[in-house]
Amino acid sequence: MYVAAKGGEKAIRNAHALLAKRRRGNENLPSIGLDQIAAQLTLAVDRVMAEGSLYDVELAALAVKQARGDLIEAIFLIRAFRTTLPRFGSAQPLDTARMLVRRRVSATYKDLPGGQLLGPTFDYTHRLLDTSLDSSEIRSTESSSGVAEGAASSVARSVAEIMPRVTDLLGEEGLIEASPADDGGEPFDITRAPVSFPVDRATRLQTLARGDEGYLLALGYSTQRGYARSHPFVGEIRFGDVEVMFEAPELGFEVNLGTVQVTECQMVNQFKGSTEVPPQFTRGYGLVFGQCERKAMSMALVERALRWQELGEEPGAPAQDEEFVLSHCDNVQATGFVEHLKLPHYVDFQAELDLVRRMRSEHETEMKEAAE
Amino acid sequence: MSAMPAITYNFAYLDEQTKRMIRRAILKAIAVPGYQVPFAAREMPMPYGWGTGGVQVTAAVLGRDDVLKVIDQGADDTTNAVAIRGFFEKTARVATTTSTREATVIQTRHRVPETPLREDQILVYQVPIPEPLRFLEPRETETRQLHALAEYGLMHVKLYEDIARHGHIATTYAYPVEVAGRYVMDPSPIPKFDNPKMDDCPALQLFGAGREKRIYAIPPHTKVRSLDFEDHPFRVQRFAKPCALCAATGVYLDEVILDDKGGRMFVCSDTDYCNTRQEEGHRGEMSGASPSRQPFPPRGEGAEGGALHLSPPGRDRSEAAGEGASGGEVRP
Repeated sequence: MYVAAKGGEKAIRNAHALLAKRRRGNENLPSIGLDQIAAQLTLAVDRVMAEGSLYDVELAALAVKQARGDLIEAIFLIRAFRTTLPRFGSAQPLDTARMLVRRRVSATYKDLPGGQLLGPTFDYTHRLLDTSLDSSEIRSTESSSGVAEGAASSVARSVAEIMPRVTDLLGEEGLIEASPADDGGEPFDITRAPVSFPVDRATRLQTLARGDEGYLLALGYSTQRGYARSHPFVGEIRFGDVEVMFEAPELGFEVNLGTVQVTECQMVNQFKGSTEVPPQFTRGYGLVFGQCERKAMSMALVERALRWQELGEEPGAPAQDEEFVLSHCDNVQATGFVEHLKLPHYVDFQAELDLVRRMRSEHETEMKEAAE
Repeated sequence: MSAMPAITYNFAYLDEQTKRMIRRAILKAIAVPGYQVPFAAREMPMPYGWGTGGVQVTAAVLGRDDVLKVIDQGADDTTNAVAIRGFFEKTARVATTTSTREATVIQTRHRVPETPLREDQILVYQVPIPEPLRFLEPRETETRQLHALAEYGLMHVKLYEDIARHGHIATTYAYPVEVAGRYVMDPSPIPKFDNPKMDDCPALQLFGAGREKRIYAIPPHTKVRSLDFEDHPFRVQRFAKPCALCAATGVYLDEVILDDKGGRMFVCSDTDYCNTRQEEGHRGEMSGASPSRQPFPPRGEGAEGGALHLSPPGRDRSEAAGEGASGGEVRP
């Protein structure tokens, strides 16, 4: 007798058990510790925190492990957890001028107050596979740890004073548009309210900040290739630790909640000026949790491209299309909807099948009639 | 590193504030039938596009005494239905059922149950794209205006062009409807066969689109009209043969491929309806066949747990082959 299979539940359980086994891999090898992931796969953890919109190194490392290194899956795990957390208020705006700077470069000035600080970067490395990493090294050699310590102390020195941002220096001369003043209002929260287009700049920046790195990279790249060209310069890119300050209403003063690491990119772009405004530089802004310069720069390029309307520029390029750019930049949404095509669709397919068969038989009849 | 703190979740996963926000959106949706109410959809522990909207609506309306049924493609045992039902069993500890009659809340993807619904039931639809005009106009800013002005010419032109080009309205599922004489609404990707069931339905029908952050509703006993033309009235699919298992007619059937030589059979898409009829003694032409080899043996990793495929009998193919494909369409 024909019986519709009831194996679904059991099959799912078994598939999940198999997944757990595959995740663990060869059991003769030690399981990776979360501290190892956090310490050695730092940039993966950073990306998960940035696009997961949750600053928690330990949970992000757990997510990377649980997701078998699939970062979008890890981001998804973090998002699903984040959504259950209560909100007890908004922090004060981060003051990145007071950042404990670990890296800071400007492409617009050879030297500037605070100096150029290369910090940990892949830039200028030769991309040659380093086979010496294929060993369980415990400590780095004497000489390189000496260099690292030297670097650390130079960082400590640069912390003492506030490091002014390049855009602040340009701003003193009026060469760059002023950053919009803080109106003191509660910023829109895209995770707590539905977005409705057109959106304000804060909403746009929030959306981009959790947007997919690869997507923003491609869109940012497109602006460099003539689709909404904005003649960008990296005014400054800095990475380091910033204090998060919170003012509880019942206390009446600010409390330090701890520090977060962020990458900030201030892009300086050309602007021809208009009848009201003399020629001056404009800003594109990027801010990302952790060290992710690629994302911060892409974000700044796309953010600038989206400002075409207020700057009276010609529209038409993909990166300028707010609804298009913002509606599709979330990789958790995108991957879910793309991958939902794996779900059964046989009811709808049946309906289409029926129509195609009917239309084919009509077509055949018509052809026969035409031939007669 | 320090030990991870234990993580605990609220009844039906969402916190009470979120559920309150969703209930407000639902109330507004009921007050303005067919209108898409924006709501602050949360990230859920299942992927977008896999029913997060329906899950949030269900979580918001579910009480401890509710009996929940979850179907996907009309079936209770498809993988995603199993996963969602398991989610609520775990997070809300509510009773679940596969019986349409016993359920108080039914979450569905792509079907309306064949068993008529009652006033004490809620049908929650999972919606991928809530905007019926989306494929005619991709911009939300534009479609919002079109709805505000009840400017649905675009949709009528599309349906007309279908007729001009194909001789038919080439929309077979997610067939647009007009609700309470005002808003044009996407009924979610149910086959148009199910559209007439939405009209004057005694149950409350709620629609949740998580990724697109929209909720809409059809209150009980509301007029729901499938768009059509006087000379091209709305028609639904009709199957030439009854269900091969329970002999039901006038129901939506799934086509099951039996072999690689064109053999196929048609069975009820609604598994509960089909099983109930068989228990009542109804027999289709293939229900008496003896169990035989599975046409598709489980393959590869993860197949140990039993194949997800239906397992029809391996009887003589020539009987089933080429039959019952299309019975044309009829007016509902």
